[in-house]
Amino acid sequence: MEIKETAVAGTLESSDIQIMISKAATGIQIDLQSDVEKQFGDQIRNVITTTLNALDVTAAKVKAVDKGALDCVIKARTIAAVQRASQTTDQPAWEVL
Amino acid sequence: MKNSVNRDLPEDVMKDLNYKPFETTEIGHPEIQRVAPKVHVSTGDDKVVTSIKQVIKDTLKDGMTISFHHHFRNGDFVFNTVMREIIDAGYKDLTLAPSSLTGVMNDMVIEAIKAGTITNITSSGMRGSLGDFVSHGGLKNPVIFRSHGNRARAIEHGDIKIDVAFLGVPNADALGNANGMEGDAVFGSLGYALMDAQYADKVVLLTDNIVSYPNTPASIKQTQVDYVVKVDKVGDPDKIGSGATRFTKDPKELKIASTVNDVIVNSPYFKDGFSFQTGSGGAALAVTRYLRQAMIDNKIKASFALGGITKPTTDLLKEGLIDKVMDVQDFDKGAADSMHTSANQQEIDASWYADPDNKGAMVDQLDVVILSALEIDTKFNVNVMSGSDGVIRGAIGGHQDAATAKLTIISAPLVRGRIATVVPDVTTIVTPGDSVDVLVTEYGIAINPKRKDLQEALGNLPGVPVYKIEDLQKLAEQKVGKPKPLEFTDRTVAMIEYRDGSIIDTVKEVKD
Repeated sequence: MEIKETAVAGTLESSDIQIMISKAATGIQIDLQSDVEKQFGDQIRNVITTTLNALDVTAAKVKAVDKGALDCVIKARTIAAVQRASQTTDQPAWEVL
Repeated sequence: MKNSVNRDLPEDVMKDLNYKPFETTEIGHPEIQRVAPKVHVSTGDDKVVTSIKQVIKDTLKDGMTISFHHHFRNGDFVFNTVMREIIDAGYKDLTLAPSSLTGVMNDMVIEAIKAGTITNITSSGMRGSLGDFVSHGGLKNPVIFRSHGNRARAIEHGDIKIDVAFLGVPNADALGNANGMEGDAVFGSLGYALMDAQYADKVVLLTDNIVSYPNTPASIKQTQVDYVVKVDKVGDPDKIGSGATRFTKDPKELKIASTVNDVIVNSPYFKDGFSFQTGSGGAALAVTRYLRQAMIDNKIKASFALGGITKPTTDLLKEGLIDKVMDVQDFDKGAADSMHTSANQQEIDASWYADPDNKGAMVDQLDVVILSALEIDTKFNVNVMSGSDGVIRGAIGGHQDAATAKLTIISAPLVRGRIATVVPDVTTIVTPGDSVDVLVTEYGIAINPKRKDLQEALGNLPGVPVYKIEDLQKLAEQKVGKPKPLEFTDRTVAMIEYRDGSIIDTVKEVKD
C-alpha cells in the first residue's frame, strides 16, 4: 500500500497506542515513545514493522506514542493508520487481520 | 554472598556496613539493649525562639544525623524551611533519617546531596525525581530503606542515632507539649514522630500555633523537647491528605475487593473479635465497604483496626463495628478528625505498632492484613520499592511489618497496562514470600502452598477460582509478552533491610 497522506489512529489513553503514519521517500522509520521502552521497545517496533510488511508498506514514517498497549492493540492501530493514510478505508485488508 | 531468598548481596558493601544476610521471618526471643538520649537539663523557661537559623547553629555539627517526620505528606513546609537554612549555612556530611520522604521534599534533598550537605539517607521510601536521582547513582553511599517498625527498632538499638530532630506540629505550648489534632495543619496521629521525640538528643519543635500551657492531650511531651520554634506556617492543610475518600468505580478494583472480602469472610479468622489492617489504595478502601456488610450480615465485630487509618475505617468505629482503632498515621482528614473526637481511636507510636524487637507489637496480634504490590513472584515475594523500569519509586511503609499477620493478603491486578504484576522473580524483594498467604487478582486467587489450612478453607468458594501462582504468572505473560530483562550496573544504590535489620535485597544503579 502506498502512503498518500498523514493519518492517525489510536489515543493517548493508558493501554492504547497512538500511531501517526506519513509519507517517506524510502524505507520504514519508526520513532517510538513508550513508558515500557526498556522492556518492550523492541517488541513494539517489531509488531509495527511486521504489520507494515504484511500490508505491503515499504516506505513510511511512523510516530508511535505507546501507553502500554498489548500487541493486538498495536497491530490494530497500525492497520487503521495505514488504511487511513493510503485512503483505502473502504477496502479493509481482511487477510492481514 | 546469598541470603535465604536467593538474592546475591555485595560482599564489600555488606562488610563495610556490618550487615547480616536475611535468614528468616522468625524474630525469636533475643535480649536487646536499648539506648537512651542525652538530656540537656533545663527548667524549660527559655524554649521558645523565633530563629530556626540560630537553633541550627546551636545544635548542629558536620557529620550529624538529622530527622523529620512525614505526617504532613505533600503539604509539608517544615522540611524545606529547615533544609534551606542547613544548606545555606554550609553544613557537610549529614545523615538524613526521616520517617519517610514525600514528593514535596525531593528537590531540596537532591540539592542537599549535590551540595555535599547530605551524604547518607535512611528512609521508608522515596519516589519521583529523588528516586530517579538515586537510581542513577546520584548519592555515593547506598540509601538504607527500613520499614516503619524497623526504623523504630533501629532507633531503639542506636543503629539510627538522631542528633537533632526537627518536628513540625500544628500546635505546641511554650514548653513543647504538642499533638497533631488542633490547629490549621492537622494530620491526626503523630505515630512516627513519637520515636524521634523520645530518642533524639535534641528535639526541635516547629509550630505556627503556640497555645497556652499546659497543652493537652500531649502526644509529644515537654520532657522531651529542647526548642519550640515559631514559624509562619507548618503546612498546607489541603495537601496533607486527600479530602473525602472517593469510592473506586474501576470494575477491576471492585472485583479484586469483593474477592478479598470472600477470602477474609471464609477464612478461619473471620469471627467475633477479629482484627484487621487495610491500606489506602482504591481496592483496599473498597474492601472496607464489603467487609462492613459482611460484618453486619454475620453479626461480627472487630476488636481493632490497625495502622494507617482512613475515613471508611473510622466510620466502622462510629458504627460500633470496630471496638478500637490503633492509629499510627491518618491518610485523610476524616480519619484525623475522628482521632480528635473518638476516645476509642488510640494514637500509637511506630514501636508499639510494629517494632519486632519488642515485648509484643500490635502487628503480632493482627489477624488479617490487606497489602498491595508492584510485583509478586512465584515464591510469593513482594516488591513495593522499584518500578518496572528498575527505578526506585516506592516505600516499604509497614509492608514487612503487617505481613506478619495471621492472614496476609496481597491484592493486585494480574497486569497493569503492559506490565505483569505476577512475575517469575520480583525486581526487588521487600517482603519475603514466607509471610505472604494469599494473592488476590481479578482472575482469581493463589494460596501459598505452605498454608494447607487455607487451601482447604478457600479451595472451593463459588466465584473464586484458585490457581497455582505459577499459572497466574503464565497467564500474565501470555497477555503482555515476555519483557526484556532490565539492565543494571554493579553499583549498589540502596540496601533493603528486613524488619530485623538483616539485608533482604539491594537496589542497583540502572543502566540507561
